[in-house]
Amino acid sequence: MKNIATSVDAATTKSRATQILGFVVLFGVLALILLGFFAAPEDDEQRDAVRMIFVHVPSAFLTYAAFSVTAAGSLMWLWKRSRWWDIVAHSAAEIGVIFCGLTLFTGSVWGRPTWNTYWDWGDVRLVTTLILFLMMVGYLALRAAGGEENAVATRAAVVGLLAAVNIPIINRSVEWWANRTLHQRSSLTDGNLEDLTLFTLVVGIVVWVLFFVWAMIHRFRIGWLEHQLRDIELQAAIAGRRAETANDPTGGSLP
Amino acid sequence: MLADVWLVTNKDLRIEWRSRVTFNQVVPFALIVLVLFGFALDTNRAVLRAATSGVFWLTVLFVAVVAVTRSTMIEISDGARRALLLGGIEPVAIYFGKTLAIAIQLFGVELLMVGGVIFFFDATIASWPLLLATCVVATWCVAASGTLLGALVANVAARDTVLPILLLPVLAPVLIAASRAFDDALGVLVVDGWVWLGLLAAFGIVNATLGTLAYGTLLEEA
Amino acid sequence: MPIVELRDVVVLLGRFPALSGLNLSLNRAEVVLLQGPNGAGKSTLLRLCGGLLRPHSGSAVVLGHDLCTARAALRCRVGLLGHDSALYDDLSVVENLRFFAKAARLPPQTVVAALDRLELSRQLHSVPVRQLSAGQRRRVALATVVLRRPELWLLDEPHAGLDQEARNLLDELVAQAVSAGATVIVASHDHERTLNLATRTVTIVGGAVATQAQTAADTSSNRRL
Repeated sequence: MKNIATSVDAATTKSRATQILGFVVLFGVLALILLGFFAAPEDDEQRDAVRMIFVHVPSAFLTYAAFSVTAAGSLMWLWKRSRWWDIVAHSAAEIGVIFCGLTLFTGSVWGRPTWNTYWDWGDVRLVTTLILFLMMVGYLALRAAGGEENAVATRAAVVGLLAAVNIPIINRSVEWWANRTLHQRSSLTDGNLEDLTLFTLVVGIVVWVLFFVWAMIHRFRIGWLEHQLRDIELQAAIAGRRAETANDPTGGSLP
Repeated sequence: MLADVWLVTNKDLRIEWRSRVTFNQVVPFALIVLVLFGFALDTNRAVLRAATSGVFWLTVLFVAVVAVTRSTMIEISDGARRALLLGGIEPVAIYFGKTLAIAIQLFGVELLMVGGVIFFFDATIASWPLLLATCVVATWCVAASGTLLGALVANVAARDTVLPILLLPVLAPVLIAASRAFDDALGVLVVDGWVWLGLLAAFGIVNATLGTLAYGTLLEEA
Repeated sequence: MPIVELRDVVVLLGRFPALSGLNLSLNRAEVVLLQGPNGAGKSTLLRLCGGLLRPHSGSAVVLGHDLCTARAALRCRVGLLGHDSALYDDLSVVENLRFFAKAARLPPQTVVAALDRLELSRQLHSVPVRQLSAGQRRRVALATVVLRRPELWLLDEPHAGLDQEARNLLDELVAQAVSAGATVIVASHDHERTLNLATRTVTIVGGAVATQAQTAADTSSNRRL
């Protein structure tokens, strides 16, 4: 127990590898700014607004990636009861909510000059992503409500899976409902992008993925340290209770 | 198994029959919401008629939050949840029993609300079979997700606020699909309501399956 | 084989270790008087044995069921009388008992038998539990335990709120159950009352067993197997 205590005292979420990774991400963001603002050409129709693609598309991609990790972690918690997976699910959800918020924000900022509106209820991806955002905010609210560690993990895992299984249904319902879309087809697959734009977009995705990995490692380590801290507190509490038993004033005096 | 489902449903409905919480509080609440929407949406008949389906199902979602909270409270007051566990009933039977009880109560409220929209919103029913089928299937969807999330938040200190935060986004597709099906049933919009009913059924099956798998774990551990 | 076999059991309530490494082994037909100061973990121990709590660590086997994996199977075989009565307030006395009888797949006549055994007057049968006095409520809760003929009785302060007549009745019920082979654990501050039945006293302090002793009732009788 003492070992854990000292290791927590000296605890940090930093390591050589994450430091290097952090610098790579920083450098990558710098490169993305240069490429996105100066190298990539402006669009014939959308003019400069098209540059939003370099943040928006990677964010959207990472949103779904992060929430998939949450769903996987939730499933693994329910199956294996491993704290490791529980913390992975929680970490990915927190980071995913940030990406999701960024996706919605950049999307609506981009929408203003191109569609002439910040928000469009008729768009499948917008509305689906918004509902996913709300569900995951609920997931974090549930986690924040607290309780016994295992109970919190189980509740959160069920909500994580509930969000995952409902996303296809939500997507379908919005698609039928709107039956029209302002949203352009998938930017990557329709082949209309200029070479340099495509290259910048790929750089953007790579940088975002690296950032996700970097943030996940740090967030996971925080979660793990919190878990260890709770364990130390628990051991101390158990030791305290046992001391009560040992010092029992009535010890043996009752019939 | 089926006997146990009915045992739980019967118990919940009997408790409702004795306490009349849903009947005395939820029904007036639902009608007041309908009336207030009437004020909010103007005296313009066309606007009101176009909005009827959405208003109807949004009200159902609000009512569902109240009904689920009540269904959960029955089991936590005075250690009764413990009673349910000690009773030796399969968790799956408890899940379907409580879902069915909520569904039956909601269905009753919906029938009164149909009267409400005919009276206040001047709605005309183009297809009764579609209208009733939508009510049945959508109500099942709402009850299935509601019962699952009710058990999930039962031991959370802030359950009254956490439940709607979790439940309402999950029910978004039910709101959309049931409203569209109603648009068809009320003859407001030219859509194929039966297709929407299929989507609702898919939602109901998926969420009830998840509930079946997760309910026992939640009762025991959460 | 022991009826209850707990080794180094830790049980958490939230983050609080209500049981902090408890060891206990009970045999069939024992009557155990559980004592200790408030907050010692008596109720937690009873709820654990009733299959309502999962041990955080340690090994716990009750009636042959591992508490980590087989709590549902165990719960059908124990009767727990807790602090709260675990009844549905809006249902009548008979409706409550019928629910538990059906859940446990018992024939309907057991309901009336259990109510008669607890000497609950017929007028009370159709009264909602909400309207009962604390003592009457306790009797109905006891009836739900009696109804199921459990192999392990877990009674948490069973005398609280009961009048003299009901207390005598309770003692009779416990004696009967034990002679039929059941094991009983009673948490009680009412020592004099419970002692004449008890074969063993166990004192819990700080979530673990501080002392335990065989009592006169045990040595003078040979009903232990």
